[in-house]
Amino acid sequence: MSSIAIDSHLHKAIRFYQASIGKKAVMAVTGVVLFGYLVGHLAGNMQVYLGAEQMDKYAAFLHSMPLLLWSVRALLVASVVLHITASLQLQKLKLDARPAGYVKKEAVDSSLASRSMIWSGLMIAAFVIYHILDLTTGAAGAVQFRELRAYENLVYSFRRVPVSGFYILGMVLLGMHLYHGLWSIFQTVGFSHPRYTPVIKRLAAWVAILMAAGFISIPIAVWTGLVGSNL
Amino acid sequence: MRLTLHVWRQKSASDPGRMIQYEARNVNPDMSFLEMLDVVNEELTVKGEDPIAFDSDCREGICGMCGFVINGVAHGPRRGTTVCQLHMRKFKDGDVLYLEPWRARAFPVIKDLVVDRGAFDRVIAAGGYISVPAGSAPDGNAIQVPKQNADLAMDAAACIGCGACVAACPNASASLFTAAKITHLGVLPQGQPERADRAMRMVAQAAAEGFGSCTNIGECEAVCPKEIKLEVIARMNRDFIKAAWTNRGTSSATGGAG
Repeated sequence: MSSIAIDSHLHKAIRFYQASIGKKAVMAVTGVVLFGYLVGHLAGNMQVYLGAEQMDKYAAFLHSMPLLLWSVRALLVASVVLHITASLQLQKLKLDARPAGYVKKEAVDSSLASRSMIWSGLMIAAFVIYHILDLTTGAAGAVQFRELRAYENLVYSFRRVPVSGFYILGMVLLGMHLYHGLWSIFQTVGFSHPRYTPVIKRLAAWVAILMAAGFISIPIAVWTGLVGSNL
Repeated sequence: MRLTLHVWRQKSASDPGRMIQYEARNVNPDMSFLEMLDVVNEELTVKGEDPIAFDSDCREGICGMCGFVINGVAHGPRRGTTVCQLHMRKFKDGDVLYLEPWRARAFPVIKDLVVDRGAFDRVIAAGGYISVPAGSAPDGNAIQVPKQNADLAMDAAACIGCGACVAACPNASASLFTAAKITHLGVLPQGQPERADRAMRMVAQAAAEGFGSCTNIGECEAVCPKEIKLEVIARMNRDFIKAAWTNRGTSSATGGAG
């Protein structure tokens, strides 16, 4: 018998998660998964500029591998659930940690994006729910919603000004969330170096801005007739 | 100079407390902030009122005793400075200043601007030490330390435990403090034997005291009078994550004779 008591993996995982650093690490890892999805989603969406045929072909391609599609969806849902659960638990911790606030409080160095992660995150979650109902299931979609006609569905949906407005707002918040979240991942898992961290922060800012701009360009392209003028 | 002060007055831990306005007349620009309060307190004493309670000791910016929030910024507007080293020339005639104690559940107000920072002592006691053999002093150069590690350790060891990081953090997190202590010992060879346990124990104690968690926003670094860098928090996270997954647990009584 070993004289060393080794904890079970489950026990270790639970204890790890109980610590706030553990929750943050879970948020970092799930954040990487969700960011990976965003990159793929943006790359897919950019095909809207190649016309209806290419876009619908891509939608059909994704649906041609149901097992992979549903595995990815399951991974994404699990990541979203873990990411949000941890954030709400940490938010509760935050509220408990300072029962009496300040009469006057100034932010010295921190960005608005970094201080409003919970709010940008919750708004993005609300947006994602609407977005899925609008363009994946069609439950909240335009009247003309048709399964696998991605190009058409998108154009008709974005022609509704409030929908485009909500989309743009969601993407601005997404940009803010990524602006702080992307470099924060490195800090949370323990990587910080005076030589590399400033570069990571600058890169994170550029990626956040470019991704938000990429997504926002789509409703604007629909409005200006660059996309969907033939419909 | 003449200033208007709004000061948090609270008779005791159980008193709800409130902001009270005072006029500070004849403020000399060469006074430190605490000397200015000393003068205000003299006037209050003469009038038979209770003077404003605040902590201070060395008044040289090195002991970590003083500190409160001035106009929403811990230790006031000057970077890398405690309130005792903040001089009135940083302010203008007619300025209105709000003075409040550090706010955190783990730092209960004792009186006015004085808070109980015993939580920090308990975090230190949980792991902020190294084991050294008792007896004669070891040879000075017996254990070699790379210069960059010595510098890192010294920078982290500059933490005076004033609590400004907690006060400035929107989450009332003690991460910068705890991480400074963990880094200080963790980058030195003498700190290696307890390195994993130290990270686990100090992080657990900080949580038990009711401090919040870190969101990497950097307000702590901005107000730290010793300019401790956010990098130490990444080091703490790394030590904690590594220890949480690889530590083998405590050995039974059979091992470690001698």
